[in-house]
Amino acid sequence: MKHEIKTGGVLALFGVALLICLPVFLLFCGSLQGGDELKSELAPILGEGMDTIDFHLFPAYPTLVHYLEVFFDRPEFYTVLFNSFWIVTGTLLGHLIFGLPSAWAFARFEFPGKRILFFLYVVLMMLPFSVTMLSQYLVLNRLALLDSLWGIILPGAFSTFPVFIMYRGFTAIPKGMLEAARIDGAGEWQLFFHIGLPLGYSGVASALVLGFLEYFSLIEQPLAFLKERALWPLSLYLPNIGLSDAGYAFAASVITLLPALAVFALGRDYLEKGIVAAGMKE
Amino acid sequence: MRSLTGFRSILRNKIKGYHKLAVLGFLLPGLSGVSLFVFLPFFDVVRRSFMTVAADKSAGLSNYKMVLSNQAFRLASTNTFRFVFICIPLLVGISLWIAYGLSRCRYMELLKSAYLLPLAIPTAAVVLVWKLLFHKQGMINACIEVLGGTGPDFMGTSLSFWVLVVSYLWKNLGYTVVLWLAGIFAIPEGIVEAARVDGAGEKAVFFRIILPNLKPTLYTITVLSFLNSFKVFREAYLVAGSYPQEDMYLLQHLFNNWFLNLDMDKMAAGAVLTGMVLFVFIFLLQIFWDRKEEWT
Repeated sequence: MKHEIKTGGVLALFGVALLICLPVFLLFCGSLQGGDELKSELAPILGEGMDTIDFHLFPAYPTLVHYLEVFFDRPEFYTVLFNSFWIVTGTLLGHLIFGLPSAWAFARFEFPGKRILFFLYVVLMMLPFSVTMLSQYLVLNRLALLDSLWGIILPGAFSTFPVFIMYRGFTAIPKGMLEAARIDGAGEWQLFFHIGLPLGYSGVASALVLGFLEYFSLIEQPLAFLKERALWPLSLYLPNIGLSDAGYAFAASVITLLPALAVFALGRDYLEKGIVAAGMKE
Repeated sequence: MRSLTGFRSILRNKIKGYHKLAVLGFLLPGLSGVSLFVFLPFFDVVRRSFMTVAADKSAGLSNYKMVLSNQAFRLASTNTFRFVFICIPLLVGISLWIAYGLSRCRYMELLKSAYLLPLAIPTAAVVLVWKLLFHKQGMINACIEVLGGTGPDFMGTSLSFWVLVVSYLWKNLGYTVVLWLAGIFAIPEGIVEAARVDGAGEKAVFFRIILPNLKPTLYTITVLSFLNSFKVFREAYLVAGSYPQEDMYLLQHLFNNWFLNLDMDKMAAGAVLTGMVLFVFIFLLQIFWDRKEEWT
């Protein structure tokens, strides 16, 4: 590579990278420590003693006991895990069933009002929850969907963000190809399934990766609309475990991290494409 | 055979409206859901912002006046703006520095993965670490003590604001770096090479060639970072709960409290006000995008 940066610069970049990854590393370390070790280490934070904590990066006696605890002694962990699973699955299915054809409609058809409607979709995808909170509450209340997982899934399923990302993928398909297929007598749905999906799948994949990460760590919506604790997803349950139960909290956090890390590892390229698609007009 | 398919397509085009109606099949299912869950209820919120819920009467602008003179609303919006004005220059500057370095580093892909990692991590999973790090007797203060100082109380003083800034930078750095990289790699290599051949040094290349070409990217990144900054509520809520130290009190905290108190009037007017400010920024972003399309 020409004009490469100097060694000092490379080291600085690696330094920043290590700093960014440090929290994950600490989490893994904590989860492998025995209960007594954690207790004595965290004592200052739990209000015993005036010293600062002395957290061991490497456990004195590494153990998997907390992981066993999560899987065998805490039935509620499965409840919240499945809540998270249903929220993510339901929402992403919604993106595929409703968002995907909408994206195709915006990318491939001309119709009156298209520009303004698309602009409204863009506005919606960027509004924070504080703005849409009351309107969501009103509609969920009317449909009697408060305190139900559907009340989280349905508004998510109709999010306009995936429409936008998938739209970007579809607009990259050359127009001539579609015209050719049309002249050969392909119907609109045939075009969608045989040309749109195979050629625009990377936009769909980006939307799914970004969607998974978003809905797997949802906080605001369940916090507002789910009073019933048995319906809480992992992302709301974890922070409420508390440090007095540190071993369990560490292990549960690591287990929560794993699906997100797996999606990240497999879908990093799509994640990157999705970020660029959402941010830049090419 | 050929003439037959040709004939069929002519026939199809003849049946006017076939083409146009097909769009409905694609668009309507999604659009009806969006209308039901977002558009219609938002109109209802706008209507309610001019009413009093209790008496179901028109209230004119009184809800708006109430919100604008509300202490908590002022605190939350001041904090939000202060946060934005401090975070965005920091984020934009640091990420540009990193992206420019990365673009000329052979380990780019590996490092990019590391920077993007926080985006994938559910904040809830690292709350524990945040508590370990930022507690009064936590790890950062342990380090400060080793160096001979006494650590401050991060969460109990106005330093809590900076905890929020660090969380935001941690989460969004990779995202912004990726956007910068896309901008940097879109600059035709020829211009940079030509400048170097003409004897331009590193500084000149960066300030005269790279930066001016990144202007449209800068606009986009600034607006997106602003819109993303509202998501920092997650970090704030997770480290400090519903009632944080006042420098950390954000709009979403306020809306949550209004929601718990069933203060629908204030919520409606507050949502419309916040929505209007954001609408302006989104509109600006749209204009930058359209302009960029003209340039290329």
